[in-house]
Amino acid sequence: MARDGGVSCLRSSETMSVGIGKMESPPLDLDEVHVLAVDDSLVDRIVIERLLRITSCKVTAVDSGWRALEFLGLDNEKASAELDRLKVDLIITDYCMPGMTGYELLKKIKESSSFRQVPVVIMSSENVLTRIDRCLEEGAEDFLLKPVKLADVKRLRSYLTRDVKLPNGNKRKLPEDSIPVHTSPPPPPPPSPLTVSPDSSDSSPPLTVSPESSDSSPTLSPVEIFSSPLSSLLDDEDDDVLSSSPESSPMPEESPVRRQKMGSPGLSYYIKLGSSKLLINMIATCVNKFFKITTCVYLSHN
Amino acid sequence: MDALVAQLQMQYRNYTVSLYQQGFLDDQFTELKKLQDDASPDFVAEVLSLFFEDCVKLIGNMARALDQTGTVDFSQVGASVHQLKGSSSSVGAKRVKGLCITFKEYCEANNYEGCVRCLQQVDIEFKALQTKLQDMFNLEKQIIQAGGKVPQVDIN
Repeated sequence: MARDGGVSCLRSSETMSVGIGKMESPPLDLDEVHVLAVDDSLVDRIVIERLLRITSCKVTAVDSGWRALEFLGLDNEKASAELDRLKVDLIITDYCMPGMTGYELLKKIKESSSFRQVPVVIMSSENVLTRIDRCLEEGAEDFLLKPVKLADVKRLRSYLTRDVKLPNGNKRKLPEDSIPVHTSPPPPPPPSPLTVSPDSSDSSPPLTVSPESSDSSPTLSPVEIFSSPLSSLLDDEDDDVLSSSPESSPMPEESPVRRQKMGSPGLSYYIKLGSSKLLINMIATCVNKFFKITTCVYLSHN
Repeated sequence: MDALVAQLQMQYRNYTVSLYQQGFLDDQFTELKKLQDDASPDFVAEVLSLFFEDCVKLIGNMARALDQTGTVDFSQVGASVHQLKGSSSSVGAKRVKGLCITFKEYCEANNYEGCVRCLQQVDIEFKALQTKLQDMFNLEKQIIQAGGKVPQVDIN
């Protein structure tokens, strides 16, 4: 596993390529899910890259928001001629990074015409409700609490595939307006304000490289696809306990919060009512699940 | 040969379980093991090796920041502690992560003695983990060399 320089190697088709100075990205296969991962921590980049590759994603990992914008061709005013050939299906970024935070990166992506449709997932080690809300308001698809686990990535992967595999063959973006809350009950981190300051130490190598030889097929179970929504619902065994430990508003319990987009329009998650908000989200989640199960039962009987 | 393999496997199981029980490792380490397969048999060892390099670098940063005669920039120390907390969390280095949480609080309180103590402890702790894991990886090698397979260890 190499650590320095370069862009993660991707399996190539002949159709397109993107060059960023000396950091060449190999051409991308149109049918494969391509994820851009952004994290300033080398260890975290390696782990997230592995998590994504094991769930059959192609991964480009970069170490900063600026590199991400550079890769996407958003770092200058004029659009790159190759922009419309760059296929990125998901962007997953750390929140706390020196220079540009994940939130700032999210905003820039959502402001761009070329990439605003691409789902952006934020990762953070801090379970801060105001932070989560801000990101979701800005259009983030999901918010993952670090350390990221395989189950988290598999869940992302499942709704990403659902996005892609429609009968008419076109990609469809999931609706942005309803984001019920899912949580899991690991031990809570102490609620403390996060201090972010520029890292004056040696900067880690800009990009990580994953060797081509490890493009093996994943040994884990196949990616959940839309045709089995019930099994993917039943897999959410962690997602039943609702609580959080935000910075500002006091909460009854202290377990971390994960938010998951279920893609059900008509149930707006966003109600500014302090602690009532989470309760309403929980109810919305249960209702969503109920509707999905009901629909599946109905379809299976016909 | 089978008796040797069985003995080594039992030793390996007991040793691994003890690392969890003594708080050196947590669930996230188990998660990392899930990412290892025949195509990437050394994934865990490689990630941990990167982590230990990270430790050396970050501890060096913290030591330098704390060594300023005059005013110590606690936010600078805190930034390195935050990074170490993140990476220790990502690999399942439970004790190191726990120390970082305490360390971070001392940084926020601008508590110099507390920070220096934490720095020393973090240094001891990551080296202890490094030794323990080296022993664990060596046991894995011995099992494979003896013709056996490294067993999946069920922590629960």
